[in-house]
Amino acid sequence: MARYLVRRLLQALFVLWAAFTLSYFVLFALPSDPVGIKLGGIDSTATPEEIAAVRDEYGIGDPVLLQYVKALRNAVTGDFGHSVQTGGEVRGMIADALPETLELTGLALLLTLVFGVGLALAATYARTRRLRQFLLSLPALGISMPVFWVGLLLIQVVSFQWRALPALGNEGFDSLILPAITMALPASAFIAQILAKSMTTALASPYIDTARAKGASRARIHIHHALRNAALPALTVFGVLAGNLLTESVVVETVFSRAGLGRVTAFAVDTQDVPVVQGVVVLSALVFVLVSLLVDLLYPLLDPRIATVPARRV
Amino acid sequence: MPASRRTAGRTVAIPGRTGAAVRRPGSRIRRPALLPAAAVALALTASACSGTDGTTATAADAGPPRAGGTLTLALAVDPTCLDPQQYGLNASLNVGRQLVDSLTDQDPATGEIKPWLAQSWEVNPEATQFTFHLRPGVTFSDGTPVDATAVKANLDGVVALGAKAQIAGVYLTGYTGSTVVDPTTVRVEFGTPSAQFLQATSTVSLGLLAPATLARSADERCQGALVGSGPFVFGSYKQNQSVEITRRAGYNWGSSLWHKEGEAYLDKVVYKIIPESGVRAGALESGQVDAISDIQPQDEGRFEGGAYTVVTRPNPGVVFGLFPNVVRPGLDDDAVRHAVQKAVDRPELTQTVLSPRYKPATSPLAAVTPDYVDQGAALGYDPEGAKRILDAAGWLPGSDGIRAKNGRKLSFDVVFAPAFNASQSVLELVQQQLKKVGVDLRLRKLTPGETNTVLAGGDFDFSYLNLTRSDPDVLRVLFSTKSANRGHLPVGPLDTALDQQSRLNDQGPRYGQVAEAQRVIVERGYVIPLFELAQVHGLAAKVQGVTLDASSRLSLHDAWLKG
Repeated sequence: MARYLVRRLLQALFVLWAAFTLSYFVLFALPSDPVGIKLGGIDSTATPEEIAAVRDEYGIGDPVLLQYVKALRNAVTGDFGHSVQTGGEVRGMIADALPETLELTGLALLLTLVFGVGLALAATYARTRRLRQFLLSLPALGISMPVFWVGLLLIQVVSFQWRALPALGNEGFDSLILPAITMALPASAFIAQILAKSMTTALASPYIDTARAKGASRARIHIHHALRNAALPALTVFGVLAGNLLTESVVVETVFSRAGLGRVTAFAVDTQDVPVVQGVVVLSALVFVLVSLLVDLLYPLLDPRIATVPARRV
Repeated sequence: MPASRRTAGRTVAIPGRTGAAVRRPGSRIRRPALLPAAAVALALTASACSGTDGTTATAADAGPPRAGGTLTLALAVDPTCLDPQQYGLNASLNVGRQLVDSLTDQDPATGEIKPWLAQSWEVNPEATQFTFHLRPGVTFSDGTPVDATAVKANLDGVVALGAKAQIAGVYLTGYTGSTVVDPTTVRVEFGTPSAQFLQATSTVSLGLLAPATLARSADERCQGALVGSGPFVFGSYKQNQSVEITRRAGYNWGSSLWHKEGEAYLDKVVYKIIPESGVRAGALESGQVDAISDIQPQDEGRFEGGAYTVVTRPNPGVVFGLFPNVVRPGLDDDAVRHAVQKAVDRPELTQTVLSPRYKPATSPLAAVTPDYVDQGAALGYDPEGAKRILDAAGWLPGSDGIRAKNGRKLSFDVVFAPAFNASQSVLELVQQQLKKVGVDLRLRKLTPGETNTVLAGGDFDFSYLNLTRSDPDVLRVLFSTKSANRGHLPVGPLDTALDQQSRLNDQGPRYGQVAEAQRVIVERGYVIPLFELAQVHGLAAKVQGVTLDASSRLSLHDAWLKG
């Protein structure tokens, strides 16, 4: 187990380095730079010399490899420098924004689990064919609704018409509900789709007949026997979704006027604010690595046939 | 309805700059995903626009103003940097205006310069020397005096900021230094005539900051380490979320143009950043905020008819227009530029894709700019006239309807950055209008980063932009061959007129030169003026006394809330 973890950790480091390096050079290859974007817009009145002076101040004039090595060395210590646009320290900006986004994605994941698993269980448990087909058709609908559209619709109805919940801001749990639902709807539809399919397969397996023959109740068979076996594919997808929610926060935070990592990312990418983008990329890579590790470690708990420790090579 | 992808945010380079430029008015641009995999999402931004006018929201039955209360005002864009000396974003300036005072103020109705922190001033005949006599007893909110030394430190500081002083830098072109004559008298000197400087002292971009603030780094100041002498004091700034400012106790040196003397009425102002325009409008309708900035043309209808007040004013300065690169084949022919000028139906632009609050352009300058002269007669819609001009010049329609001469087609691109949300729709309509006379216009949307390279490289036919400033000197920035001259205009009589106006501090003769400049610009087709940008803000019925200053920035000293 220890060896497995060490190996995963080394892999994680490699992924982080690759993400950093790739994004660094992609950003560098773009035909402009953050200082030019900040100071040299279509109606800018700054002279090229003035802009060059600011560029030097940020070290943007140095050879690319030198800049890269410097940036990498600093990044290892967690120092991503300062945002060119806002002047804020990248670490601080991320530290301020991250909790807001974690709250949001945390609640969204919880709702995803509740809606997704709930729907899949209900659909496969339903006795009438019509109800079952109705429930099974819902995920397709959920997946096809664009996130920003769902968000705007919820805002329009729940906040502006019913005045039940705030449409914007980061203040309190109330302001978290609508954006979390917005994020959870497509994600839970996805989970429901996968889970319902594997539940159907599991319920058709011979071992279910055995359980039924032993006199287990319908609910017990559903939850205890079938769900446990059917959960693996959904768990894999869940891990990916957790990471995707970070991406979705870009849209959701904008629609709901929330501060958070998504907004920081959007603005940084928009303005080619390299230090901030680097910080966000490394953080996101870290999240993906951690989530997938977590998912891998959960597999054996659900299905003892899967061993974490690989069989020794002969 | 613009989804999240078209939130209001920055503009081209910077959202709604003022002063010198409307830079990234609320809109952002959607850029391609640059980063690996899911690690990064698309960046979506939008920009807002800017515009202003001293319109006041005052209902006749509002009763006597009362002090107290918190005004919640939604901004379309995150201010990004709160320092008014550095940033040109509308959102930044609409916050900064409340925190700092200026030496002078400008009457939005007449363009006249009025006393504020300077009680009086003298300008030498060459417009190179400006002596200000300061009001005594004024202090920054940290208790230090607003004296001649502080004024000198501020002007020197702006110069030291270099390109980081996005708007103010231009105002101080040719600045050679300031002399502290006595504690309340400061003399500012320029190496070249700078008649525009007096108006510049009224802008928020040359608002005064405490010496302690000037000692901080540019980055710290952006983040809110700002001490000014204004009617409000900085409280907090949470990026992408909110800015809070509170009333300065003991404030007693307001502009001579304000109605109320002494402190502001409001206890506090909370700016909330709401990028999505539909959400902003809904937030006002549902009472979640008291006021919103940057109402988009498509949302304006929601606020007509009594329950709300719409505060609006056109942006002074150079209007939105097509700026030809006159060395490009086709555009080097005066006849072609004239024909394009006549082929544009400006009222159709404002009536269809914009709103009645936006005015068709009648000069390179917006009508609220001091020394504006109506050139409307030369800018009428005359498609038949345009065709005649092109026929006479030998540009004849080809089989596809596009005119050509010697194998060269009248097909032009226009580079633009979506600084103002409706820009693309405006240009699409212009494209249709030009097609009717046989001219092909191709829209080339640029990201803020690309604009630099493309404009400096000269590989474009038209550029599309505006430049906000309440002084006609703004023409010099865009049309003088001694400025960046991205249109590659030839040296000529226009330069003389622009130079002359910068030397004349006497308004009469200066007006003559500015009028001449406007005439020549239209006559030579150095710009195809389209429309005047406007600031459009919405207020709930209880919000009173919100005004827009001469540069069309929000002024909240006189604002109050009905009980």
